[in-house]
Amino acid sequence: MVEVKQVTKRYGGKTVVDRVSLTVPPRQLTSLIGPNGAGKSTLLAMMSRLISKDDGEIWVEGKEISCYRTEELAKKISILKQSNHIAARLTVNELVSFGRFPYSRGRLTREDRNYVREAIRYMELEELQNRYIDELSGGQRQRAYIAMVLAQDTDYIFLDEPLNNLDMKHAVQMMKVLRQLVDELNKTIVVVMHDINFASCYSDHMVALKDGTVICEGDVSSIMRNEVLHRIYDLDVRVQTIENRRICVYF
Amino acid sequence: MSKRMKVAVLVVLVLVLAVLFLFTHLRGDLEYVLRSRGEKIMAMVFVGWAGAVSTVLFQTMTHNRILTPSIIGLDAVYMLVQTVVVFFFGSTTLTMMSDTSHFLFSAGTMMGFSVLLYSFLFRREGQNLYFILLVGMILGTFMQSVTSFLQYLIDPNEFSIIQDRMFASINNMKTDLLWPAGWCIAAATAYTYRHLHELDVLSLGKDHAINLGVDYERIVKRLLMVVALLVSISTALVGPIMFFGLIVANLAYAFFQTYEHRYLLAGAGLFGIAALIGGQLIVERVFVFSTPLSVIVNIVGGAYFLYLLIKERKAW
Repeated sequence: MVEVKQVTKRYGGKTVVDRVSLTVPPRQLTSLIGPNGAGKSTLLAMMSRLISKDDGEIWVEGKEISCYRTEELAKKISILKQSNHIAARLTVNELVSFGRFPYSRGRLTREDRNYVREAIRYMELEELQNRYIDELSGGQRQRAYIAMVLAQDTDYIFLDEPLNNLDMKHAVQMMKVLRQLVDELNKTIVVVMHDINFASCYSDHMVALKDGTVICEGDVSSIMRNEVLHRIYDLDVRVQTIENRRICVYF
Repeated sequence: MSKRMKVAVLVVLVLVLAVLFLFTHLRGDLEYVLRSRGEKIMAMVFVGWAGAVSTVLFQTMTHNRILTPSIIGLDAVYMLVQTVVVFFFGSTTLTMMSDTSHFLFSAGTMMGFSVLLYSFLFRREGQNLYFILLVGMILGTFMQSVTSFLQYLIDPNEFSIIQDRMFASINNMKTDLLWPAGWCIAAATAYTYRHLHELDVLSLGKDHAINLGVDYERIVKRLLMVVALLVSISTALVGPIMFFGLIVANLAYAFFQTYEHRYLLAGAGLFGIAALIGGQLIVERVFVFSTPLSVIVNIVGGAYFLYLLIKERKAW
């Protein structure tokens, strides 16, 4: 269980995340939504100790995040950010193998190799596994990074805009994979999402941030409402139900 | 060719160059010549290794393949210290200073500068690495300006003494210091060796490294000290060599095509040693000592640096 209690982050004099409290529901897919600059990515980065928090507490399975040894936490939480430029020359297989670093410290056992193979299979990267990542398309590369996170085999997976740079087909594929991870492998996933309709169709739980605070949270049907979305985005929207999915028309 | 094979090839290359250096053009007192050449080779092994390893470490931490550790201003500290000594105490103080005290004094001031810089900058948690580089660069430029200013005021004869120290030269090398320098470099290498896999992870970038459970701040701090130690020692031993580490590090990246630091570090180190011995062969046998080694290294290195810049530009 991950619990965020009164967490605050300031940059200079500006408060980017302001006393946010939040409980991440286990074994569900939670989307963080909200306008640009709402503090979604900052919150996610604090929840995965990529950046330090100025105030508040983050509890991960009964222990405050700063009390963890960083290698211990790497077996519980994995985080993938939106921009992933890697200068080193790596093949897909080598990249995915890095996911086992928290367990093997670089010396892969047979068990580690099984995890790597399994992750590559799960993301359908078998044919690409010996290609260098700088030779892949954006979608393929994104899948390779997700495979690395899978190999890391953590209960919690945090993703910052995983659909960035993906076309429709690959975006849908990505969300289906995330859904499978929750439904089949019992992972708890938190994603920062910009496309409200993707969030609506694939998440269990939605958390809306605005100006550094949580302004509402709940299941899809409670968030995907005209007046709620209007409050979040300051935009007149109409939510329609199409094939049992709530789709927001905002054009 | 497997990566191990490539390392073996480089080892052979170094050995061949060393044999050429030792046993060709033998004249005069055989024992004396061989002994002095042997010492030079040792110095080149240490300096080549230290320069290459420090550059690879530095580039891995900064994710930038055209940076060299000289950006944190250690060469500038070295030159400033030499100049200040001559300016205030006269060139005799510098030339009469025993090798050991000169070495300790030069390496000490450089290490002192790094410790001060890092401890000052790392006091605030979560400090950006690039910020440290920027501060180092500005301080380095400032010290260079002070150095040139003092050099203008100095008596021309005295200046020639400093000028000698401005260029790295194996012939100026202080033989008494070979062993202590070697031990320091070996210690730094041993420390690096223990963290080879963490280095591999660091090359993925800060966020990935933290995600994979690397104690980023701690390891970066320590590796920066290792870099400072290596640069200080090799500079104090033979003088500043600017582009040298940059060339050999990039040669190693191109030759090995891997992320594994076990090969990158060994490869860059061996390239470094080969480049120095090869360069010194040219200096001694072709130019008959008329040019210092660092001039040749800087010309070749500068050209290669421009090539890298143009290539990187195309990649954008």
